[in-house]
Amino acid sequence: MGMTMVQKVLARAIGQAHVNVGDVVEPAVRTAMSHENGALVINQFLEVYKDTGLEPKVWDPSKIVLIFDHRVPAESSKTATNHKKIREFAAKQGIPNLHDIRGDEGGICHQILPENGYVHPGTVLVGTDSHTTSHGALGSFAFGIGATEMAAVWALGRVLNVEVPGTIKVNVTGEFPRHVLPKDLILHLIGRLTAEGANFKVIEFHGPTIKKMSTSGRLVICNMTVEAGATSGIVPPDEETVRYLREEAGLPGPFDIFGPDADAVYDQVIDIDVAKLTPQIACPHTVDNVKPIAAVAGTKVQQIVIGSCTNGRLDDLAVAAGILRGRKVARGTRMLVFPASARIYQQAMEKGYLLDFMQAGAVVMNPGCGPCLGVHQGALGDGEVALATTNRNFKGRMGNPNAEVYLCSPAVAAASAVTGVITDPTKGE
Amino acid sequence: MAKIVRKLGDDISTDIIYPGRFMATVLPTETPQFAFADDADLNGRLKKKEIAPGSVLLGGKNFGCGSSREQAASCLVGHGLIIVARDFARIFLQNGINLGLQTVICPDIDANEGDELEITETAVTNTATGKTFKRLPLPKARQAIVDAGGLIPYARKKLLEEKGKK
Ligand code: SF4
Repeated sequence: MGMTMVQKVLARAIGQAHVNVGDVVEPAVRTAMSHENGALVINQFLEVYKDTGLEPKVWDPSKIVLIFDHRVPAESSKTATNHKKIREFAAKQGIPNLHDIRGDEGGICHQILPENGYVHPGTVLVGTDSHTTSHGALGSFAFGIGATEMAAVWALGRVLNVEVPGTIKVNVTGEFPRHVLPKDLILHLIGRLTAEGANFKVIEFHGPTIKKMSTSGRLVICNMTVEAGATSGIVPPDEETVRYLREEAGLPGPFDIFGPDADAVYDQVIDIDVAKLTPQIACPHTVDNVKPIAAVAGTKVQQIVIGSCTNGRLDDLAVAAGILRGRKVARGTRMLVFPASARIYQQAMEKGYLLDFMQAGAVVMNPGCGPCLGVHQGALGDGEVALATTNRNFKGRMGNPNAEVYLCSPAVAAASAVTGVITDPTKGE
Repeated sequence: MAKIVRKLGDDISTDIIYPGRFMATVLPTETPQFAFADDADLNGRLKKKEIAPGSVLLGGKNFGCGSSREQAASCLVGHGLIIVARDFARIFLQNGINLGLQTVICPDIDANEGDELEITETAVTNTATGKTFKRLPLPKARQAIVDAGGLIPYARKKLLEEKGKK
């Protein structure tokens, strides 16, 4: 019986020819990422070594990546102290890959990993962050784990007790209408599957629309698979993957490129034709509360946020800047832009997008998670409404349980900034 | 007997259990104070120790959806709570098991605040109504971790086996 993409990756990671869905395996890890919560991983890692008489030593310093993004620059002395603790640990353990708060190499973990060549097709990547699912965009089996689980990975180099997941196959066909984007595709899919529809499963993306999609778009759809409960999303690697790895991630190759078996067995197959899709909005307070934009157009918005590991990439900024150029953010609405990484920030600067944003009245912030998780930079007031290109709209997500967050594509966010109400970018012009 | 001190709905996210703005606090000894921090009543009762260890929070579907933040599990462990839900989100369930949180998967549970539950390895009985519901076993990959007393002792054992081999 043939294997899905994830079965094949896991079989390789344990050095066997075949694994079945439901098998319990301990796959070798190629990349292990933590951000600020590395402070907790360190604590748990030292606990694992306690009373063993062994010197705490990570299994392979070169495979660990530490990135500061959730609260940068530090919003509190507590965070600053966590940052310091992580820097000291990295130095002591000889971990070379630390992306600190810097204007040349900092940014959100799910952009730093792909753009710096830490994501390798056909291998296992784990991160102490639920949106680690993003990296399936380059054909890795990438999933989020907790800090204690990561401590075990640091000690042993493999993930303990992983059950081989079943897979949902999603076939995507059709051409995106103008200003309908990969974000709309994934929101639509989450609405169909529900927030737990893919629990304990992987979503494998296929079809001509995916083939034509850039890695940036694939990152968007894989990023949000966790919002349907999925363990991960994955796109079988192809020429575009190799292009990205060579040209943008700076990896020389050769690459181990393989897809699922033709006779792989899927739990479910879903077909989507994007030609008929309109912009989609996830309404408060769950990500699967997805409606076509027509249902909520006209809703007044106090804060627009463009950025995050979902939609803070160069092509997202290009779309938004294109819509905003020469126009103004409506009075009564504020707009915050967070490029996903320092590299993207610089590219957006060179291309003039940042100037477009600022002249329109948006505030361009430093790369990082910003208001996405409600810790600092852009909290909402009581009763306020935000429209964001981020990936979660749970109660309290943007720092205030008495506010509402709607999720959308960068095109919708930009068009709505101009009017101050949720606005369909495909209409007009 | 375990009393339901609060009935929560479906899709209780990690942002509700442990809001993002307290994420700089990481140590399991310090996280319990922020459990359900945006729910003044529940947080207050927990902090004032008005809720006894061994009490039940009743969830619906997809309990713990969202972030991988382990604080959402450790803050509940700190209060000795039992979480009974129709089902759990993957990372939360795994974190709970790793840290020794008592999670009970009970797809058909029907109960209300104030009801007392009798929880066995295979079933949950609501003593207020006399009805018994099937309790699902943990995924098999996870039972071994529970049996070891959590992931830290489990990983420690593996580590010692490995280093012993060399
Ligand atoms: S941008 Fe938001 S969702 Fe992405 S890693 Fe940061 S906090 Fe998480």
